[in-house]
Amino acid sequence: MSASAVRPATVAPVGRRLSWAIVLPLAWVALVAFLAVTADWLPLPDPAAQELILRRKPPSTTYLLGTDNLGRDMLSRIIYGGRTSLIVGICAPFFGFLIGGAIGMSAGYFRGKVDLLAVGFIDILLAFPTLVLALTFVAYLGQSLFNVTLALGILSIPAAARVSRANTMAWANRDFVLAARTIGASNWRILTREILPNVLPAMFAFWLVAVSVIIVAEGALSFLGLGIPAPQPSWGGMIADGREALDVAPHTALIPAAVMFLTVLSLNFLGDMVRNLVDPRRSSL
Amino acid sequence: MSGAVSGAVSGGPLLSVRDARVGFGTVRGLLRAVDGVSFDLEAGRTLGIVGESGSGKSVLVRSLIGLVGSGSGAIVGGEVRLDGQDVRGLSAKNFRQLLGRDIGIVFQDPMTSLNPVMKIGRQIGEGLRLNRGLNATAAARRAVELLVEVGIPEPERRASQYPHELSGGMRQRVAIAIAIACEPKLLIADEPTTALDVTVQRQILDLLQREQRQRGMAMILITHDLGVAAGRADDIMVMYAGRAVEMAATREIFRGPRMPYTEALLRSLPRLSDPTHTRLSAIPGRPPDLARRGTGCSFAPRCTYRSERCEAEEPVLSREGGRGFACFHPLNASAGTSA
Amino acid sequence: MHWLARQVLRLAVVLFCVTLLTFLIVNILPGDVATAILGGLATPEDLAGLRADLGLDRPMLVRYFDWLGSALSGDLGRSHRSGEPVAQAIADRLPVSLQLMIMAQVIAIGIAVPAALLSVRRPGGLFDRLSASTAFGFLATPSFMLGILLIYLFSVTLDLLPATGFSPMSEGLWANLESMILPALSLGLIEWTVLMRVLRSDLLTTLKEDFILLARAKGLPPWRVLLQHALRPSSFTLITVIGLNIGGLIGGAVIVEQIFALPGVGRLLLGGIFNRDLILVQGTVSFIAAGFVLVNFLVDMLYAVLDPRVRHVRFRS
Repeated sequence: MSASAVRPATVAPVGRRLSWAIVLPLAWVALVAFLAVTADWLPLPDPAAQELILRRKPPSTTYLLGTDNLGRDMLSRIIYGGRTSLIVGICAPFFGFLIGGAIGMSAGYFRGKVDLLAVGFIDILLAFPTLVLALTFVAYLGQSLFNVTLALGILSIPAAARVSRANTMAWANRDFVLAARTIGASNWRILTREILPNVLPAMFAFWLVAVSVIIVAEGALSFLGLGIPAPQPSWGGMIADGREALDVAPHTALIPAAVMFLTVLSLNFLGDMVRNLVDPRRSSL
Repeated sequence: MSGAVSGAVSGGPLLSVRDARVGFGTVRGLLRAVDGVSFDLEAGRTLGIVGESGSGKSVLVRSLIGLVGSGSGAIVGGEVRLDGQDVRGLSAKNFRQLLGRDIGIVFQDPMTSLNPVMKIGRQIGEGLRLNRGLNATAAARRAVELLVEVGIPEPERRASQYPHELSGGMRQRVAIAIAIACEPKLLIADEPTTALDVTVQRQILDLLQREQRQRGMAMILITHDLGVAAGRADDIMVMYAGRAVEMAATREIFRGPRMPYTEALLRSLPRLSDPTHTRLSAIPGRPPDLARRGTGCSFAPRCTYRSERCEAEEPVLSREGGRGFACFHPLNASAGTSA
Repeated sequence: MHWLARQVLRLAVVLFCVTLLTFLIVNILPGDVATAILGGLATPEDLAGLRADLGLDRPMLVRYFDWLGSALSGDLGRSHRSGEPVAQAIADRLPVSLQLMIMAQVIAIGIAVPAALLSVRRPGGLFDRLSASTAFGFLATPSFMLGILLIYLFSVTLDLLPATGFSPMSEGLWANLESMILPALSLGLIEWTVLMRVLRSDLLTTLKEDFILLARAKGLPPWRVLLQHALRPSSFTLITVIGLNIGGLIGGAVIVEQIFALPGVGRLLLGGIFNRDLILVQGTVSFIAAGFVLVNFLVDMLYAVLDPRVRHVRFRS
């Protein structure tokens, strides 16, 4: 009974909502990504070029999104900032998932002492409030695109390890794995050929969610002045800059805020959808 | 006018149900869980409702007391009168009052029917405070008395414990204490022994019967086991696929069932008179899909007496000398009229 | 008791590892502290002298155990910027951070519980769908963004509340609350969404239980069934999530204290990081992590108190 009740409930809405709840977020993310990739070839002013006479101009035909405190073109900064957000947002979880996934899969497959060690390690990393750990890492590694990505990547290790461990444990005792073992396949082979392909979908769904979490975290770091160093634009940094002129030129803070909100919202929408497809049991939450 | 239950001295029956219907909208269409059931129950009598799981017996009774309703997506129809009062016409508030004061209910599994995070004494006293206006102290005192009455040793200590600290049988005794706390006129026991160890089943049934007699309550005993109903119920209603298929005094049913389904149920009971190693006969086939009901008798596909008429036409519950059955080929034609 | 002893032991091990890890990050990672303090123009002799002063010339593990020993007796060292004892600096600022987080948590629970209760009255109904989409929206709003929006709305546009700055209790309760309400909202308005989702889902499960039917059969009105019978058995995941989310709340507090210029522990930490104040950062991060671990430990205990069935089981995914 539950099987027949669950399936239409999870599949049907996807088909029905395809009209807007999927297309709009997908279109927005695609637009941000497209602009970020092609920014160098677009007819945009230099995002770092200051024009102090033209500072804090509201949106107009020459400056589509206006100018910031230093007279820099907002549109150009938003697009180049999107590039930063996407690079960090995509690479950091990837790094975390590479290491966390390896730890989690080994723990879930070998169990025993390996598992104990891995869980202990995860517990310790989780004992730090995420942002505090990121701040400390970046502060001592030095501020650069690579270091920010590395720090946020390290922070996504525990979550990735948990997801892959749980999924590996669920698959490790299936018949086809036992069959592979009885014909003498090595642990490495079983892990990469038999288990990995089955763990990947869940990891992918989780990665999508992680992208939006990391984009927010990068924004927070930049907002605090501990993210990507100054002349390079970043959404979080733009919001922080705009805060100083909130009373005279609110658009300098509100526009990057709106762009970031839409991006995170879109990614959450897509992440939810993919997670429902991969794991129907979670769809209720 | 279903005469299954007789013996009323004055006034109408305590509970009167006419054409009760419960349907659930599903993706596959309307599922008729209960399809036009009528019966009367006099004060002080016990009615056993017997049927397989999915026969609609629990849904029927829960719908009567409003526990299956629009909130759960069900469509409920028919007329229900308690003491002559039209229950379905009451306001939500008045209905709750009636439910709390006049009807007590014991569910199948005391593990799930007691609130796991509320002390037992409070669970018993809750209804008393709400429906009988007792204050906290009086309700607590009465709760302990009720625990004594249902045979729980060390009642003061038990009252301040949580359900998980009690055994299954004890928990069901607590559930009975909750049900009888407000002196209801009608006690509903929904498979009260199914989830219990065999050794305590009898004790719980004895307790229910004792309370029912002492307090003069009417009782509806829902069970899938004719054996449970045998010694306890005055009358029995057999349900199949959402319909009442046979109604009669208990001894009539056991003396000579009219409906083949009842006979099949009886034959699946072990008897002391059977020689050892006698195989119990199971009923072949499965209950029908209630959302895809065809024409004809619902039991026909599993019935050994079926004819072409059974598959083409739906038998209605017909009366014959104080008992009712829905069958074109009734059994024990001579035995039926002797009552 | 045996269970409690094991939990306490685990707590001690985690605390030890957390402080050690903090020490390693602050000390191993590149960037010379002495240079950072004295600037690039310092002579090698000056640098060596400062390193000796700070004890940086001794092996790292020796320094760690030195630090740990003093930390256990409540001495976290002195900031080498201001000379202020780190423990004192934290103690001075802790009340502000605690007030902020408690107010945020009260706001979050105050919105989440009624919203979840109203949602489950009619699952899929108007209120349910409205609160679900509102929650989804807030979930996509980082606290620093929400803080800015609240300042823009309540301070710049409506001119109702101060944009930044902190008024201590000594200036009056209202002045204090006025300076704290926007910061607390910046955190609470995000936190409630997670709590509401968890509670709603658990309530829906609980409402299918037989004991809810029994409560209704006793004649209890719907709201009493919800509050007295359904809410408590549905709140265990909520408690766990509140505990787990305190980590996020602490991170959020760091940002919010910065936005609203509140003199809390988070701002102390940020100041330490910007000034490369090694001892201060070491002390604050260890303190925050230890506090977080301890709070989670207490949440576990609370869980056991709230659910009489739990005696020795602690679920970990």
